[in-house]
Amino acid sequence: MSKEITTKRASSGFPLGDLLLIGSTRLAAVGVLLVLGAILVMLYRGALPALEKFGFWGFVSGSEWNPVTEVFGGLSPMVGTLVSSLIALVIGLPISFGIAIFITEMAPPWLKRPVGTAIELLAAIPSIIYGMWGLFVFAPFFADNIQPWLTDTLGELPVVGELFQGPPLGISVFTAGIILAIMIIPFISSVMRDVFETVPNELRESAFGLGSTTWEVVWNIVLPMTRAGVMGGVMLGLGRALGETMAVTFVIGNAHELHWALFEPGNSIASTIANEFTEADGEVYTAALIALGLLLFLITFIILALAKLMLVRMTKNEGQRS
Amino acid sequence: MIRKIVHAGAALALSLGMAAASQAGVKQINGAGSTFAYPIFAKWAEAYHKATGVRLNYQSIGSGGGIKQIKKKTVDFGASDAPMKPEALEKHGMIQWPQVMGGVVPVVNLPGIQSGRLRLDGATLADIFLGKIRKWNDARIVALNPGLKLPGRRITVVHRSDGSGTTFIFTSYLSKVSPLWKQKVGVAKAVSWPSGVGGKGNEGVAAYVKRIKGGIGYVEYAYALQNKMTYTLLKNRAGNFVAPTSANFQAAAAGAEWGKARHYYLVLTDQPGDEAWPITGATFVIVHARADHPERTAAVLRFFDWAFHHGRKMADELDYVAMPDKVVEMVEKSWAGEIRAADGSPVWSQQEKE
Repeated sequence: MSKEITTKRASSGFPLGDLLLIGSTRLAAVGVLLVLGAILVMLYRGALPALEKFGFWGFVSGSEWNPVTEVFGGLSPMVGTLVSSLIALVIGLPISFGIAIFITEMAPPWLKRPVGTAIELLAAIPSIIYGMWGLFVFAPFFADNIQPWLTDTLGELPVVGELFQGPPLGISVFTAGIILAIMIIPFISSVMRDVFETVPNELRESAFGLGSTTWEVVWNIVLPMTRAGVMGGVMLGLGRALGETMAVTFVIGNAHELHWALFEPGNSIASTIANEFTEADGEVYTAALIALGLLLFLITFIILALAKLMLVRMTKNEGQRS
Repeated sequence: MIRKIVHAGAALALSLGMAAASQAGVKQINGAGSTFAYPIFAKWAEAYHKATGVRLNYQSIGSGGGIKQIKKKTVDFGASDAPMKPEALEKHGMIQWPQVMGGVVPVVNLPGIQSGRLRLDGATLADIFLGKIRKWNDARIVALNPGLKLPGRRITVVHRSDGSGTTFIFTSYLSKVSPLWKQKVGVAKAVSWPSGVGGKGNEGVAAYVKRIKGGIGYVEYAYALQNKMTYTLLKNRAGNFVAPTSANFQAAAAGAEWGKARHYYLVLTDQPGDEAWPITGATFVIVHARADHPERTAAVLRFFDWAFHHGRKMADELDYVAMPDKVVEMVEKSWAGEIRAADGSPVWSQQEKE
């Protein structure tokens, strides 16, 4: 009976309000796709002169960036973007996880709200403030206190020691990574906290009842249940780190160089574009900068796609095990 | 009091007269470009508005941006710290002239060494920026500075990360004094720097130099002065060590042969003259030679004419250097000769002058 009614409704048309809702939501959804496609097409067209001159792989693997001779390669900004974001994630993820676990599982109720609000406030600070703080406060402190210590300890290790070398300026890819970590912590931790809170208390209580420790509850109950949400939070943070412009520009050093050492100045895709776009005269120069934008677009897309794929696989395995 | 009223009346009459002269009654002129020239343009604009009622809307988006905008004709004039090449100007049917000058100054952060104490010459400066001289107590720096105690500190080069007319002037100087620089790096608003870190804008370079002990960078003179940065002396073409001062910038411009430069394409670096500061540059104003809107172009020219003749003191106050009279005369002659309306009539005539 009810089935009949719905089909009848579908054929005879919905009430006006519903039609409007369907129409407008569909328009919004399709609009997003159209904008995305349009951006991709525009980026590609803008980047064409550079891509034609150097070839896509030539551009991606070229490490020279010389506006005088008009030879451009995107390798150093690309590596800078990936490395600084990776450092941000390596530092930021465990801390965010700790914050979220503390707030949801361990903090006494009177502390939950202030800590949570403080974290959210961090997310509201404009990135330029982080940049200025990074340059004027954090970089000198890091250069004088932390960096020499890291070079003396980790720098002595074989193989990885190479990474912890460089002049004591405090202006480097590593500093950029730390600033980015501070910037993405509020994003990741507040998403994590929200998804951890969706875990029904009954589950927690039964696990505790069976004698689990807090760690076991977190690791075996809370985390598996919220995997998708946690991943979403991490991706949100990573997305911000990859595209962050101003804060990175302040502390990364803006040098088109490739080094193994993380304490050497480098650059990122977003900071290169921000720095050079206004004064880029010449078709190839402008096109090379747009090509960098396209590259960032592709990197973000690939990383998000890989994350999605990983998630799908993980849930699939989950199903087989149980 | 009475004088003031008379004055105001005269200004009013003048602006009315101007409005009548240009049928459209241009109340605002639009320009874009050089960030370096922005402070002086803004000061001129304010005084000019008081005097004539015409406003200047100037967007300091950078020299490259200014050139792009004037090419697209979205503004009435563009301003660039690097002169456009004569061929490029002719291709787009534009003309340029130098409007105001300034200098670029090497600044250092060496605790214990005051402004104007450290002496450098062009070749040494180039080798520092090439990364060939790495320590402050390098034999070549010591040889130029007998009696100055130089630390064994590492040199950190600070350059601009954004494209900039300042970089153009600076690299033009290094290319003139160092064949190796010319061959390896070259002259442009952005170059492939052999070493160092990049700061965005004069303020970015200043911030890095102030932060990094042993740092050396280059900023606009006005910027070095206002931020009380430690500047160096430079050896000029005549072989004298000179300080960056207004008088020495003017000396560089006075020695320059503007008359021989097609489209005023002249970079004032490494000019002859006993007192000439070797890294001097000018900001150029660019307009279309064939004016689509003659009344707007005329308004632009009236503004810059006013600035040439009434803006000197203001330029001095802001540590810019006004163009010498000889050059102003030449520029206004070019205006009369080269800027035409669509019907071929000249846009600028001597009668336009007050």
